[in-house]
Amino acid sequence: MFTIREYAMPETLDEAYTILKSRKGNQILGGCAWLRLGKKRINIAVDLTKCGLDYIREDDEQIEIGAMTSYRSVETCDILKKYFNGVIADSVSSIIGTQFRNTVTVGGSVYGRFGFSDFLTPLLALDTSVVLYKRGSISLETFMTMPYEKEIIEKIVIKKDGRKSSYQMFRNSRGDFPILNLAASRTEAGQWIVTVGARGPKAIRAEKTAAFLSDKLSQNALKAEDVEAVIQEAGEILVSEVTFTSNMRASAEYRRILGKVLLGKAVREVMAC
Amino acid sequence: MRYVSQPVKKLDGMPIIKGKPLYTNDLAPNECLIVLALRSPYAYARIKSIDTSKAMLVKGVECVLTYKDVPHVRFTNAGQTYPECSAYDRLILDEYVRYVGDEVALVAANNEKAAQQALKMIKVEYEVLEPVLDYKKAVDNPTIVHNYDDYFMHIPSFNADNKRNIVVDGVEEHGDVEKEFAESEVIAEGEYEVQAQEQCMMESFRTYTYLDHMNRLVVVSSTQVPFHVRRSLARALQIPQSRIRVVKPRIGGGFGAKQTIVSEYYPAIVTLKTGKAAKMIYSRKETFSCSNSRHQMCIKVRVGADKEGNIHVIELDTLSNQGAYGEHGTTTIGLSGHKAIPLYNQARAHRFKYRGVYTNMMPAAAFRGYGATQGQFALESTVNKLAHMLNMDPLLLREKNMLRMGEIMPAYYNEPLNSSALDRCIQRGRDMIGWDEKYPCKEISPTKVRAVGMSISMQGSGISNVDTAGAEIKLNDDGFYTLKIGATDMGTGCDTSMTQIAAETLLADIDQFIVAGVDTDISPFDPGSYASSTTYVTGMAVYNAACDLKNKIITAGAKMMYPERFLDETDKVNPKKFYFDGSRVMEVSTGKTIALHDIAVHCAGTSDGNYLNGTGFYSSPVSPPPLMAGFVEIELDKETGKFDIVDYVGVVDCGTIINSNIVRGQTEGGICQGIGLAMYEDVQYDAKGRMMTDSFMQYKIPNRVDVKKIRVEFESSYEPTGPYGAKSIGEIVINTPGPAIAEAVYNACGVRVTSLPITPEKVKMGMMKNELEKRK
Amino acid sequence: MLVHIFINGEKRKVHCQPDAMLLEVLRDAGCKSVKCGCDTTNCGLCTVWLDGKPVLSCSVPAARVNERHVTTLEGIQDEAEAFGKYLVGEGAEQCGFCSPGLIMNVVAMKKELDHPTDDEIRHYLEGNLCRCTGYMGQMRAIRQYVDEEVEA
Repeated sequence: MFTIREYAMPETLDEAYTILKSRKGNQILGGCAWLRLGKKRINIAVDLTKCGLDYIREDDEQIEIGAMTSYRSVETCDILKKYFNGVIADSVSSIIGTQFRNTVTVGGSVYGRFGFSDFLTPLLALDTSVVLYKRGSISLETFMTMPYEKEIIEKIVIKKDGRKSSYQMFRNSRGDFPILNLAASRTEAGQWIVTVGARGPKAIRAEKTAAFLSDKLSQNALKAEDVEAVIQEAGEILVSEVTFTSNMRASAEYRRILGKVLLGKAVREVMAC
Repeated sequence: MRYVSQPVKKLDGMPIIKGKPLYTNDLAPNECLIVLALRSPYAYARIKSIDTSKAMLVKGVECVLTYKDVPHVRFTNAGQTYPECSAYDRLILDEYVRYVGDEVALVAANNEKAAQQALKMIKVEYEVLEPVLDYKKAVDNPTIVHNYDDYFMHIPSFNADNKRNIVVDGVEEHGDVEKEFAESEVIAEGEYEVQAQEQCMMESFRTYTYLDHMNRLVVVSSTQVPFHVRRSLARALQIPQSRIRVVKPRIGGGFGAKQTIVSEYYPAIVTLKTGKAAKMIYSRKETFSCSNSRHQMCIKVRVGADKEGNIHVIELDTLSNQGAYGEHGTTTIGLSGHKAIPLYNQARAHRFKYRGVYTNMMPAAAFRGYGATQGQFALESTVNKLAHMLNMDPLLLREKNMLRMGEIMPAYYNEPLNSSALDRCIQRGRDMIGWDEKYPCKEISPTKVRAVGMSISMQGSGISNVDTAGAEIKLNDDGFYTLKIGATDMGTGCDTSMTQIAAETLLADIDQFIVAGVDTDISPFDPGSYASSTTYVTGMAVYNAACDLKNKIITAGAKMMYPERFLDETDKVNPKKFYFDGSRVMEVSTGKTIALHDIAVHCAGTSDGNYLNGTGFYSSPVSPPPLMAGFVEIELDKETGKFDIVDYVGVVDCGTIINSNIVRGQTEGGICQGIGLAMYEDVQYDAKGRMMTDSFMQYKIPNRVDVKKIRVEFESSYEPTGPYGAKSIGEIVINTPGPAIAEAVYNACGVRVTSLPITPEKVKMGMMKNELEKRK
Repeated sequence: MLVHIFINGEKRKVHCQPDAMLLEVLRDAGCKSVKCGCDTTNCGLCTVWLDGKPVLSCSVPAARVNERHVTTLEGIQDEAEAFGKYLVGEGAEQCGFCSPGLIMNVVAMKKELDHPTDDEIRHYLEGNLCRCTGYMGQMRAIRQYVDEEVEA
C-alpha cells in the first residue's frame, strides 16, 4: 500500500521543483493510474495540475506536448492526427479505455519508461526530445537510458521534419499490454528509424535494421518484390540485433517471429505514404 | 401465456440502474471493524512461531487471531447439501499453510490503515516445506498436502486418501469396452488440458457480521448459498445453527465462486470474539489468488468407431487438480464424464476413469460448467478429430451418434432423455453460420483465412435426488402477494423468473408481487443457486406453492359465498364448481363471484379468517439436460497465428423459456466467458507456486472489442418434469466455445491446440512445426 | 487534509488523508453507486466525471480535485433512467455491479460523439468490463439510446 504524508499543489514549476528537492521521499505525481499498485512511501506528493502543463501546441518547427496532458487529449488532438500519419494519436488509442486515457498523463508515461509502452515506441522513432525543468532538453533516446532522477518533465517536443511513420503493435486480448510493438519512420531524404518495444526491457532503436533500410530502400523505383526481399533481410537483421525476452505473455522465439511481421507491415505502410 | 416465455423486465432493474445502495458493502454499517488476512508467502509451510504482540499495539487494532484462537474442528467450505461430498479438510486458521495466499492470521481494526499496519507487525517464523506444484506428480508424492488423522469424508465410495494426496478416485464402466475398441475400425484419441479459469465476478467476495439484540450472529454476505453458509459457519465456529442468521442482499455476480464459503468465516469469528460488527472485503488480488477457480483438468480420450462413423465406444480418463483444499473436488470431476459421454449415447460401451489430487496451489471449486466444460472440450475435440479421420462432415457424425429423445442414458445415471430439440439446434445453427458454404475454410487474402467449427453440449437441471427447494407465497390483506424463495438471484434474474411462474399460475399481474430477499430466518429452505437448479427445481417449488395458494383462495372464496352451507372440501377446489381467474373466485353454476381483495381482507381480519399462505417443495429424481449447439467462424492471420471471432452462433434447447430476456442474456454472457476460456484467460504460476495472473491487468477477460458478435437462438422442447416445460440455462452456455474454436483453428491452419487457452503463439508454433514435418 | 469538492453540483467539505483517492471519498460522502472492481485501472467500475469527463475515480487523488466538479450516477438520475430503460428492456443489467460505471461512460459518450458507429461505441467503452452479459445486450441498449431522437 502506498502512502502520502503531505500533498502539495504548487502553481509554478519553480515552486514545484523547490518542494521536490526539499526532502528525500518527495515525488512528482503524474496521472496516478498505477500509484496504488506500488508500495511507495511518499513524503510530499507534488501535483503539477496547476502548473499549466496541459497543452498540445505547434509552431513551424515542432509540436509540444505538456507533461500533464492526458492520453485522451493526445488521442483526439487534430494536430497530432495531422503529422506522422497520425501515429502518436493512434498509438495511445487502444489503451484500456476512455476513462483511463482521461486519467493518465504524458509526463507520467515518459517518466515511467515502461517497456510495454504504446506511446514511447513511436515517439522514439521520431525526432523527440524531453524537456526537463532543470536539465533542459534531452533526446528521448538518451532519456530512455538515464537513471530515474528527481526532475520535472515539463513537456516533450517533436520536430516536424516531414517524416512518414507507422506504428504496429500486437496484442492478443485488446485490453492487454502489447506482446510486441514496433515503429518505423522515414525522412523525405530516405533515412529510416526503427524502434521496438514490449520486447522485454525498455523500447530501443534498431540501428542496423534502420541503416539497412536507409541503404536499400533509397532508390525510388523499387519493384514490389524488391521491397519484399529487403523486408525479409531487414527482418533477419532486426532479430539478430535486438534482444527479445520471454515472459508470461510470450516466448522470445515468438517475439522474434512477430518482430519480423510487424517490421514488414510498418515498412510497407511507410512506403505506401 | 401471459408471463411465461415473455421478455419481462427484471423487477429490480431500475433501482440497479440508478445505482441505489443494494450490495453488501453499500449496506454495511460505518462502525464495522475492518478485517484483513495475513497470507502465506509460501506454497507449503508450517508456522513455527507467530508473534502478534506488536500488531496488537497498533492504535485501532481490536484483535489479531491465529490458528491458536480457532476451534479445532475440520469442515469444508463447499456450499453443498449435507452430507457434503467434499472432505472436511479445513480449519478457519491452520498451523499449516498450503498455498501462496492461504490465511495465516486475521487482523481486525477500526480503520483499514491500522489493519494494514498491524499485518506488517505480525512476526511469523515458517518452516518452509517442499510443495507439490505439478498435479501430474501429486499421487504418492513425498509431500503430503493434508498429513493428519482427523481428515474426514462422508462418502467412502469416493476413495479419498489424504495420505496419498488423493481427493477422489474411481472407474465406471458400461458394456464391453475392450471388445469394442478391438473391433473399432477407427480410433481417435488425444490428451486435452483445460486451465483453472477464474470466475471474475465484478463484485469480489465480501461479508459483514454483527450480533443482534438476541446475541445471534447476523451474517450479511454476497453468497449463492445462504443456507449452506449457515450450516458451515455453525460447524466451523462451533455454535448452533439457530444462533446464526444469514442474509443475502443483491449480489454482483457469482458464476459459482460464491457457491463456496470464502469471506464469511473471518468477520464472523471476529464478531464472536469482539462482540463488534466486522466486515471483510476481498481485494481483486485476493479474489484471484486466495479463493477458488475452475478445476484444471487433464483428460485423455479415446473414441472408437466404424468406417461409417458409428461411434461404438468412448473412454475418458480425467485427472483433476484440486489445489490445496478439497471443495467440490469429488463432484466436478464426475461431470467431466457424466455430462460428456452421454452426448454420444449410441455408443455401446464406455469407461470413465477419474482421479482428483491435492496440490499446493489455489483450491479449485465451482465455476459455471462445473467439470462438464472440461470433459466436453476433450470429448468434442476428439469427435471433431474423428470426423476428419473419417473424412465426414462433423454435423453428420453428430447426427448419427448423438443422444435422442426417449433414450436411457447409461453414462448419466440411467436417466431418460424426456425432451430434446438438439437436432433442430444443430440445423438452425448450421443455417445461421452458413456452414455449408463456409466449411471448413476459405482463404480471403494471402495471409488471412476464415474457418468454421462447432460443438454440441449438454448440462443438467439441478442435482437429481439431492436438491430440495421450498417456496412460499403469501396472500397479503390488501390482495397482493409476497413470494419467498431461498434461491439466490445473483444477477441471473431468478427473483423475476420465479415471480413470472407464480403470476402465471395464480393468473395474477406481476406487479401484485413482492419478492423477499433471502434471509435464512424467513426464507424457505433452498440449497441456493448453483448446479443449474433454480429455474427447474425452485421453479417447480414456486409452481407448487402457487397451486397450493390458488386452491386455498378458491376454498376461502367458496366458504365466504356460503358460510352457512356445508360444502364438501373437495367441491371447493373442483374447477367445475368453483374457479379462480386471478381477481375473483366464481361459482360456475350461478356466476356468483367474490373478489380477491375481499377474500384477502376477510382472511386477514375476521374471526373465521385463515391467513392464506401457499407452500411448495420440489425435489427431482431426474436432472433433465438442456442441450446446445455452438458454431463459430474465425479469421486467422497466418503470419502471427492471431485469430478473431467473426461470428459466434449458439442455439439452445432449454425447454420452455421462462423469460426470453434472461435466457438470452445468460446465453450471450456464458458464451463470452467460454470465449475467454478458449482464447485469453491464461492462469500462470511461477516456479515457487505464486499465481502471477492475479489481477485484471495480467488475467484478461474478454472486453467488448474482443467479442463483437454473438448471436443466440432457441429451439424449444417441452420438459414434462419442469415448470411449464422448462429446463436449465445457466451453465450449458459456457461449454461450446472451447471445442468449437479449437476446431475452427484446426480448419483454418491445420493445428489442433489441445490445451486452453488457444493463444496465437500456440497456433503459430504449431503451424511452423507442421511445416517442418512437411519438409521432412 | 481539507478539500472542497463540488459533488453533483453541491460544494462539500471533505476531510481526507493526503493519499485518499476520489473513489473512497465519494463512497464516504454517500455516493454508493461508485464501485471498486479491480485496483489496477482495468475494469471501469469506478468511472465518474471530473469536470464533465469520465475518469477512473480509483486513480484520481482526492486532493487533486479540490474546487473541481465531480459527477456520479447519483447526480445524473434522469440520464441514468433515460439510458437505463433500454438496459432494463434488454435485461442487460444482469448483476448490475458494473452498471454505474458503464452508464457514466455511455452518457459521457453520447455527449461527446455524434451518431457513433458500433465500432466507435466499442472503442469508447472498451474500458468498461462486464462478466455477465457478453456485452451484446449492453450494445443493443446503447444503440437504442444513442439513436433515439433528442426531443425538442
